[in-house]
Amino acid sequence: MKPQSMGQAVLIALALIYLASLYFMSSPVWMGFTINALIVAVVALAWNITGGFGGMASFGHAAMYGTGAYASAILQVQYGINAWIAFGAGIVAGAAMGAFIGALAFRYGLKGSYFALVTLAFAEVLRICASSFAITGGGSGLQLRLEPGLSTLQFNDRAVVYTILLVIVALVMALTAWLKYSRFGAYLIAVRENEDAARALGIDTYRIKVKAMAISGAFAGLAGVLYLQVWLFIDSAVVYGSAVSIEALIGPIIGGAGTVWGPLIGTLGLHLLGEGAKHLLHNAPGLNFVLYAVVLICALRFLPQGLMGLAARIGTFRKKENDNA
Amino acid sequence: MSSLILPAVLSGLTMGAVYALVALGLTLIYGVLHIINFAHGSLLMLALYAAYFLFVHLGVDPYLAIPILLPVFFCLGYALQRWLIAPMSSGSEQNVLLVTLALALIIDNLALYFWTSNTRSVDIPYAYNTVEFLGAYLPLGRVIAFFAALAAAPLLWLFMTRTRTGSAIRAVAIEKRGAEIVGIDVNHTYAICFGIGTACVALAACLLLPTFYVTPQVGYTFVLVAFTTVVLGGMGSLPGALIAGLLLGVIESLCGLFLGESLGQIGIFIAFILILLFKPSGLLGRRAA
Repeated sequence: MKPQSMGQAVLIALALIYLASLYFMSSPVWMGFTINALIVAVVALAWNITGGFGGMASFGHAAMYGTGAYASAILQVQYGINAWIAFGAGIVAGAAMGAFIGALAFRYGLKGSYFALVTLAFAEVLRICASSFAITGGGSGLQLRLEPGLSTLQFNDRAVVYTILLVIVALVMALTAWLKYSRFGAYLIAVRENEDAARALGIDTYRIKVKAMAISGAFAGLAGVLYLQVWLFIDSAVVYGSAVSIEALIGPIIGGAGTVWGPLIGTLGLHLLGEGAKHLLHNAPGLNFVLYAVVLICALRFLPQGLMGLAARIGTFRKKENDNA
Repeated sequence: MSSLILPAVLSGLTMGAVYALVALGLTLIYGVLHIINFAHGSLLMLALYAAYFLFVHLGVDPYLAIPILLPVFFCLGYALQRWLIAPMSSGSEQNVLLVTLALALIIDNLALYFWTSNTRSVDIPYAYNTVEFLGAYLPLGRVIAFFAALAAAPLLWLFMTRTRTGSAIRAVAIEKRGAEIVGIDVNHTYAICFGIGTACVALAACLLLPTFYVTPQVGYTFVLVAFTTVVLGGMGSLPGALIAGLLLGVIESLCGLFLGESLGQIGIFIAFILILLFKPSGLLGRRAA
């Protein structure tokens, strides 16, 4: 998690200064906007586990995000279950969905474009199901009753919500860093670099990949639950829509896939850019996605390791191979 | 109920022929370039708008727009592959996937910005004249689309097997390095292949427009169906794509009949997941993933 170069230190410091400065701004607009960006950052961190460390680019993280959100919403709205329990259940549901998709896909050796397509198809099936059945509220979605309080996990004060999200993002990043330097992380990176060699060395690659999907699913489910608790409303297009899956992968790729800070920095950078463009272009719908896509293409061409990779090359502290925070 | 099944199957076949046509372009691109083109549906949407505007502003009948749009979209596809996708992806498969995804985002959202999300359709009265066949009444537009798509597949196959360009494309598909050595310009061949794939989409759009609609989101729906068709038929297999397209049209139509209109597409996606999981090499595919 520590920066390896002057460039990375500056990049991380900039992100932290921005996040801290919001407490001192008088306008609540920026905080509201950053709350959204932080929720997306959690899905981006989820994508980073499989896509970054594991080299398995998913195009359907909405499948786990939406499952987490719906599991929590159904328990609270349809069964009147406490928000804290529903919160945990959402995370578990996300992990289960991740493990399920992973187990099916990897059992048949799907990788590369096939894996991307199968995740996309799962998200799409879930989206159609969620908009068709009564328990998920059908086309009109599910709405939580407005009851601010600690027991319902709803808070009126923007700053409280923002602080909670900051703590959660920090926790997810700490977990990511811990995973990265754990035995499991080493196995996962070995699978990304050369799966056959990893298997030859005795690594149960199937288990490792399914486990990575479960962890990633738990993070994505967490992000879905956070969205629900912040906005109190979900429907199938919002939580199972392709926009979630796309935002989940663009942030880490631009920030630096397979790094701890990359997903957060990439997502914050993109959202700031998108927000700026919105003001310049008078809230034109969809244009922020055009901008994201252009940045994505440029990043693929010119920043193969993302912003963190670029920053790693500026003012290196010490020589250490293949290690950029 | 049983009296409804035959018309549903026939109507599914006519839609399936259009799926097959869209998928032919996609499978050709996959078979040769080994890339999954996420922007394929967006290009279809673009072609639908092109045909729509030709009709609305210049009064060009969508069927007469075919000779105009085919070359235009061939050039568009050629240029995209040659000067955007290839240079930007630096040869890595995952990057190609992401570049085409980004391209799809750009095209879809620009369409949304310029043309709004309104659903548009053209009014061509004769397209809805019905044709009776085995007790089922089918719109004329769909019947034309069915036969045109059915005719396009063998033409494409003849082109691939009987012409020099077709042979070059197949050579590059099998052995890129070897093709380079015998003097085939690989980048040019790749781009031609992408152009043909895009031209297929233009043809599909012209056939689809008289009995369909166009919105900026229409590409996304089609691209998923097209992926399914390509995977079901066997990645890169032209006859496979044709059979799979027809089959999926029928599956969708029957699911719509038994489960309700809104769940019609779910049959396609479930078929997609099942094929990817159990037989990723598809019906007529030669090699596994």
